[in-house]
Amino acid sequence: MNMPFYVAPEQLMKDRADFAQKGIARGRSLAAVEFTDGMLLCAENPSRNLRKVSEIYDRIAFAGVGRYNEYDQLRIAGIRHADIKGYTYSRDDVDSQALANQYAQMLGQIFTHETKPLEVEILVASVGFDTAGDRLFHIRYDGSVTDEEGFAVLGGEAEAIRERLGASYSAGMSLEEGLRAAVSALAGDERRLSSSELEVAVLDRLDSGRCFRRLENGEIDDLLS
Amino acid sequence: MNFPVFDPTDDPGPSFGELLKKTGLASTTSADVGRAGSSKAAEITHGTTVVSAKYDGGVIIAGDRRATAGNLISYRNMKKVFPADRWSGVAIAGAAGPALEMVKVFQLQLEHYEKVEGHPLSLEGKANQLSQMLRGNLPAAMQGLVVVPIFAGFDRRRNYGRLFAYDVTGGRYEEEDFVASGSGSLFARTVIKMGHRDSQTQTEAVDLMIRALFAAADDDSATGGPDSMRGIYPIVATISADGYQELEESDIAARFERVLAEFAEQQGPSTAGGQA
Repeated sequence: MNMPFYVAPEQLMKDRADFAQKGIARGRSLAAVEFTDGMLLCAENPSRNLRKVSEIYDRIAFAGVGRYNEYDQLRIAGIRHADIKGYTYSRDDVDSQALANQYAQMLGQIFTHETKPLEVEILVASVGFDTAGDRLFHIRYDGSVTDEEGFAVLGGEAEAIRERLGASYSAGMSLEEGLRAAVSALAGDERRLSSSELEVAVLDRLDSGRCFRRLENGEIDDLLS
Repeated sequence: MNFPVFDPTDDPGPSFGELLKKTGLASTTSADVGRAGSSKAAEITHGTTVVSAKYDGGVIIAGDRRATAGNLISYRNMKKVFPADRWSGVAIAGAAGPALEMVKVFQLQLEHYEKVEGHPLSLEGKANQLSQMLRGNLPAAMQGLVVVPIFAGFDRRRNYGRLFAYDVTGGRYEEEDFVASGSGSLFARTVIKMGHRDSQTQTEAVDLMIRALFAAADDDSATGGPDSMRGIYPIVATISADGYQELEESDIAARFERVLAEFAEQQGPSTAGGQA
């Protein structure tokens, strides 16, 4: 009779974490930056169709890195959660914190109970009517949540990018300044990223309805030039 | 509230209606309505006349503001014209409760699809969605909760405005020029029919809608006319390449003033003695 080998829980968790981290590290990174009139989400993404950044609700956006099919499922679940909540209660009752908690629950559950953890890291961003109301929730593959202030970085080279962005970020930046900081932090010192390699969207806090808006290549070029 | 995650075989896709069914939140089923019995006895709030017509560059959609319950006016400033999304609008006539719920779900359905799929439905797809929702309401309609909407939008693939009329069974009829629905629609339609011209300008079309609604209110007691005492006027919205846009109330009020002045001039003082 075959006896299963004993594996210490610490080792089991570590193996799973390593596996997920490896998957995430293969993909390109993204950054979110708060600016005076809203939130900017900027991803390095050569694809026009497989989006990393998308709309969840009036004032909430979603961004994911890692395996596309996995974070896309999470994106759709988030839209469903928000739309059902808005339908049942009111559009004002849909908030990013509840959504972030739901994501954390789900990722944590899958990390400990399923055969394979999700190889994703996601960001739930929302804008208030002033900067004090802005939220950035960074949720990792194991369900751990961090509440980020001002900016957030997700993906393979997050550490290096976070350091670069931290150096150039300051509160009260304009959209233009925020985008420049995000793009140069993503690119690093040796590269230059053009608009065709970028996916950029903003949550514009001055909008009254759905605040999410994608920036077209021309617009990105104008802001970066 | 559970996090809505489904098996691939059980996934509701981009449909918000399906999602509501799967989560048990869908509105009243036909069986419930059957149990509730006939609504004829209950005085249900009804919305009345709505009209729509094409012009050069888009479509106009308009509706009066009165809701009635039997012979009483139950609401004076009801909204019957709504944006469905950025490039389309919907106007409703019929039982107010189910009609407003239908509009709410319809708006959410279009938004939900757009967010899940990453691009909006085609205009025809939107028109078909409304058709399916009406079909779902058929048992309730048979019990007296009739809803008859008009759907108008700007087709961004073909670059022109289109409008659709419906019947209670969900039948969808694309109209070439104009459409009217609700209790005063007979009078409104006649006015539009007489005044409609191909490729009329936006201003001409707005004036025509105003005349049509005025005629409907003049002859149908369930349709509300311009109420200058309370400052309540019908809602008129244009849908063009620039999207859905409601006209300013002051603009509508001024146009009604002109129509009323014209009308008074034509009629002259009443000479027939009113003896009952």
